[in-house]
Order: sequence, then structure tokens, then C-alpha cells
Amino acid sequence: MNKPFAPSAPVDTARERAAGIRDIMPVMIAAAPIGLLFGALCAGKGLSPAEAGLMSVLVFAGGAQFAALELWTWPVPIATLAFSTLLINARHILMGASLAPKMRGFSLGQKLAGFYFLTDESWALAERRAKDRALTPAYWFAVAALLPFSWVSSTIAGAILGSFLGDPARIGADFAFTALFIGLIAGFWNGRVSAAAIGASAVASAATYFAFGPPWHVAAGALTGIAAAYVAAPVGEDAPEAA
Amino acid sequence: MTIDPTTLTAILAMALITYLTRIAGIFLVGRLALSGRAKAAFDAIPPAVLVAVIAPTALATGWPETLAALVTAVAATRLPLLATIAVGVASVVLLRMVAG
Repeated sequence: MNKPFAPSAPVDTARERAAGIRDIMPVMIAAAPIGLLFGALCAGKGLSPAEAGLMSVLVFAGGAQFAALELWTWPVPIATLAFSTLLINARHILMGASLAPKMRGFSLGQKLAGFYFLTDESWALAERRAKDRALTPAYWFAVAALLPFSWVSSTIAGAILGSFLGDPARIGADFAFTALFIGLIAGFWNGRVSAAAIGASAVASAATYFAFGPPWHVAAGALTGIAAAYVAAPVGEDAPEAA
Repeated sequence: MTIDPTTLTAILAMALITYLTRIAGIFLVGRLALSGRAKAAFDAIPPAVLVAVIAPTALATGWPETLAALVTAVAATRLPLLATIAVGVASVVLLRMVAG
């Protein structure tokens, strides 16, 4: 594997890249059906395959994309979509702040380019690897920058197939969002504090939806849930890490 | 293969905001040490937002949707994501048939 012209290189780039590919492969396989679902739901909302694919290329953040689609109406509520995206992706700020100091061999340009591909999955894999060895650009770009190929191609395929499915409610596909979100929410479960956040957000959101209609239920639910987590967390000691 | 200008604007706004959240951490290293309640509140943002988005569908549509959401939540504690979605979709179809 060692390149003969670089015998003194401290890092085996090919091996780092292979490790990244090996780590991200199961995630790429798991992302494909989710991407198909996202594309099909895009078609149900009236987005073209080009628009759906463009969103998966440029935003490349599943949770925020599904949330945007759920909030999508015509005319497009740009401010609501932007605000929802900010709230859901704010966690990237902490993830980046945690990972960036472990990227010692990276130039600033490599960090700025590499973090375009930051996802929950690539972050978790990189954090795990950084525990016992140096994080290399070869590993990061393999583990992070391959996932879009699966996500984007499955989005476009789903959007093309979805336009032939007809009314999504007929096969219960309109509920797929809700079921997907419940599955994602379960991934953030960490006991009492998350229970408080989830319960408070659900009640505040539904009540606000009844009283004022969309889009205010998102901000009202989110802020109430965040406040509930603050109140429910123990004072002075570190809260348990989210999984 | 059309791209609507308003849709494009929305996608670009979402993309810009997402990229800024991704790179912000690079410039906040050492300055962002959340702990205790502030950390708990920050960690709660994703689930709180996701719940807020689906609460009207889950709680304010009808009893089939509410019951299906409960079934899905139970499934989510023991099944992988795609199986959870399958359970949710199947249960809502069945419950809507029962509801007529």
C-alpha cells in the first residue's frame, strides 16, 4: 500500500482512505432508501426532480430537509424554512467545535471544504476514530464526502419514481414523515431531560397550531421544549451526553 | 426538469444557513464550553424542533394519526429507522380503514 515515492510519509493515505470508505459504507446503504423516500415526498409536494436533487446537494442535511418539506407550502415560506433549518442544524456548531481541534493536520481550506460534508454520521465516526489516532484529511474526506453520492442519487430517483405514485395519502405515505421523525427523535433520547423537551414541545406546538395555525407552531414548540430541557436538567453538573 | 426561482431561493437560504452552522465550530473552538443546563438545553434543540414539526399531524389530525404515532414511538425504541417507518405507515393505513 505504501507509495514508493513517499517512503517517509508519516501517514498511509491509501489505508486512511480505505478505513474511511469501510466506515461510511453501511451508512451509505442505509441512506439510500431514506433518500428515495425524501425524493418521493418532494414529488408529492410538487418539487421537480431537479429541485429535489439540488436541495440534497446544497443543503445535504436530512433532518432539516424533511422538516422543510413538511413545512413546504405554495407560495414557499422562505423565512419559515430558513428558521427551521437554523434551529435543526444549530447542533452542527457544537459538533464542529468539538471536532475541529482534532484536525491538526488540516489546513484551514481543508477544514472549510471538509465541513461542508459534516453530518451526524460522519461526525460520530470521526470522533470515534480521533479517540485513538490522529484524524487525517484522507480519512475525513472518505468518511464524509462519499455520503452525498448515495443521498443525492437516491433523492433524484425517488423524485422521479414518486411522481408516478399519485396521492401519497392513499398508501399512507403522507404519514412517512411523522414516522421518520419519531424514529429520529428516538435517536436523541437521553432520559428525563429529553422526555421533558419532547413532551413540552409536542403540547406547545399542537396548541399553537390550533390557536394560530402554521408556521408559528414550530418556533413555539421548539422554544418551549428547549426551555423545558433547561428546567429539567440538574443544576451545576454536566448533563448526560446525547447519543 | 424545472427549477422555480422562489424554490431556488429557499434552497439557497437553507444551504447557506446550514453551511454556516457547519463551519461556525472552527472559529468557536475554546470559546464554546457549554455545561450543565445550557448544554442540556442545546442538546435538546434537535428533538424539540423535530417534535414541534410533526405535533400537528400526530396530535391534531384525528385519532388514527395519534394512535399510529404512539405505535410508531413504541416501534422506534426497538426497531431500526426504516422498519419504524414501515410500522408507522402500515398502522396509519389500517387505523384509517377502521375509522372509515
